[in-house]
This record gives sequence, C-alpha cells and structure tokens, in this order.
Amino acid sequence: MAGEHENASWLHAQAKVTIVELAESSGLPLDVLQDLVEGGVLQPADPGASDWAFSAEWVVSVRTAARLYYDFELEAPALGVLLSFIERTRQLETEVRHLRAQLSQPRRL
Amino acid sequence: MKYKDYYATLGVERTAGADDIKKAYRKLAQKHHPDVSKEKGAEEKFKDIAEAYQTLKDAKSREAYDRLGSSYQPGQDFRPPPDWERQYRGAQQDPGAFSFDDLDLSDLFAGLSGGARRGGRSRANMPIPGEDYEVTVHISLEDAYRGTQVDLSLSAPEFDDKGQVRHVPKMIKARIPKGATDGQRLRLRGQGGKGISGGRDGDLYLNVALDPHALFRPDGHDLYLDLPLTPWEAALGATVEVPTLEGRVSMKIPAATTAGRKLRLGKKGLPKPGGGEGDLYAIVQIVNPTVLGDRERELFQHLANESRFNPRGHFGGEN
Repeated sequence: MAGEHENASWLHAQAKVTIVELAESSGLPLDVLQDLVEGGVLQPADPGASDWAFSAEWVVSVRTAARLYYDFELEAPALGVLLSFIERTRQLETEVRHLRAQLSQPRRL
Repeated sequence: MKYKDYYATLGVERTAGADDIKKAYRKLAQKHHPDVSKEKGAEEKFKDIAEAYQTLKDAKSREAYDRLGSSYQPGQDFRPPPDWERQYRGAQQDPGAFSFDDLDLSDLFAGLSGGARRGGRSRANMPIPGEDYEVTVHISLEDAYRGTQVDLSLSAPEFDDKGQVRHVPKMIKARIPKGATDGQRLRLRGQGGKGISGGRDGDLYLNVALDPHALFRPDGHDLYLDLPLTPWEAALGATVEVPTLEGRVSMKIPAATTAGRKLRLGKKGLPKPGGGEGDLYAIVQIVNPTVLGDRERELFQHLANESRFNPRGHFGGEN
C-alpha cells in the first residue's frame, strides 16, 4: 500500500529534483537534458550552481515532452520546442485557474 | 489469446509499405494521443494504435504477425502455431516453463522481437526500470482538505522473473495527503510496474483533479467564495456568517463595502504540504430583493428621494 510514507512526494515548485532524477522519470538521456538546459528551455533553480536542481514541476512537463517525442518519433530539435510549449501551456492553465477562481458567479434567486 | 487486426486498427492494407504504416500511425496518434486529445477513451484508443504500430513497424514482428494469416476475426480466440513456443522461449532470458494463456498478442510480438519498448530501450541483459503508471483521480474539495485514500484498479504490463511480459490486474490503495490542489501531481515511488534485471520499480503518478464545489473555487491553496450581501449590509456594515471547510465563522463586513471587494479570512484555505494554510477570499456580491413588499418599496423610494449618491458621476453630464 502506498501510504503517507517517505516515497510519496508532491511535484510542486518548492520540491527539487536533480537532472539524474529527471532523466530517470522521463526516460530521456542525460545529454539530451543537458542540451535542453544549455538551450535555455529547461531552467535550473540556480543556473550558477555546480549541481543543477530543478523545480519538481518540471517532472510533469519533461515526462509529457518525452512521451510525445518518443511516440511521434520526433527529431531532437523538436523536443526543445515541444517542452517550451508544454511549459507555456502549464503556466497559462495556472493563470486561467487563478482568474476563474476570482470570477464571481452570478447568483440566481 | 485474442486476435487483433493491427492493419485495420491503423486503417491500412495488409500490403502497405513501411512508410504508409508510419504515416497512418502518425495521423491517428495526432488525433488520439492522450497528451493531445481531450476525447473520452483517447488513452485506450492510442494504446491500440501504438500496439499495432509497434508490431507492424518492426520487420521481424510484422512477418511473424503476417504468418497468422487473415482468416481470424478481431476478438476471436486463437492458439499460436506450435513452433512459436520454441521461438518465444528462445527470445527469453530464462526460457523456463511458461504458458501463452496469460499473454496478450502484443506481449507475444514484443517477446519475439526482443521486447522493444517506448524510447527504443531493449530488454536484453540490462536492468530495465518498471513501467511508470499515470492516473487521474477525481476527489472532492473536502477530501483534498482532509486527505483521502483512493482505490485504483489498473491493468498493467509487467515483466516476470523469466523476463516475460504479461498484463496483470493491479489494485493500488493510494493515500493522498491533505492539501492537494487542482492539477497537482503526486509521485509515489516504487508503486508502478516492477523492474527487471535489477532495474528500479516504476513510479505511480497521480494527477489530482478536484471536483467542482457548490460554494468554493480553489486557486492553489487559496479558496474563493461568493458572498451575497443585501444593499443595506453593504452600506451600513454587518457581521455575517460565512461557510469554510471547517464550519461556519463570523465575518465582519465594513460599512461602505462595494461589490467585487475581496475580504480575506486568513488560514481558512487548503493546508500546504510544507505547513501553513492558504486563505479564503470572500468576494462581495450585492444582491437586491427581486420582489419588494409595500413597506420595502416605500423605504427604497424614500432613500432614492433623499440620497445624493451618483455612481455614474464619472460619466460626466447628467446621468
């Protein structure tokens, strides 16, 4: 049973993962992920640090990009474009959720 | 074992070339890929398409599939030819006793072609991590507030000790800690498929979707609530009861409150994983009675006669 144990973790902005964990969770090779960092698509929390750490929110975006990359048999350069759009979509969805929450619903009497 | 018509799944002739098969797969994948399509059942549909493509794109497994002939109907039971068992055993790391009975058609061809998986990773003599599972779970806001347990029923491909692939029913009880937000992902390490040859077990990713709530709209760990007030409560100020996820609380409404104003109730939102809570925001709606009694009409008329308030003063001119 998967209880509230140490192996359950929220993938939110405050939690951090290493590039090796990103590679493990997405199935993408390390050098491909390094290219994404150097291309400015995948952004470490502290780009100047010797060991890159990434917001755990990247896990979901990178996994989605990897799935599409493999399933559509895409070329390597398409991966960066794909990841940019996935991340942009995620940010916009968060913003839409935020705006919708503040939108009053007219009450019918 | 049930027969599947992979050519029909991809909508191509049995004589189709490799390029036509790839083209048909890509076209269908664009329509049904679960990361692209919002249609119901897209994931299952894509699995069928991907399974057909995985078999037909590989010359060896396509040849083996073609040897079955075209006389079977989709869903029809069939027994693989006797020489396949020897061939299949030969493809395994440990060709011990096994039965075709538990195998799916796709598992059989994956076994014959060396078990190529997503990303082109091969099973041969190397640690292979177990499959990751990704499931969307719908929970109520109250369950997100308190934490909850969900029962998941999956049909999961797994490699057994002999390296054979088979689909097994898997029941997972997953505990969702309190404070889940809409769209948030929870990773349960080691709760996915079993790894083989020393590979790590896969993970289970839970995509939490909060059901719409009759009163509250979540935004991360904050909650928003429409707070209807009468015109006189808004004008004069009042103390009103408002609902929260832990019961009703009193809220002081300042005099001269306008519609749309956000009033904050600190720490009445969802609990945060690292400690602390989000806030609850009450958004003021000023609601007029739709039916006025004689006395109410008289008082409103009196107010209209006496008041010099002009909400349209900024339009300029006479409004």
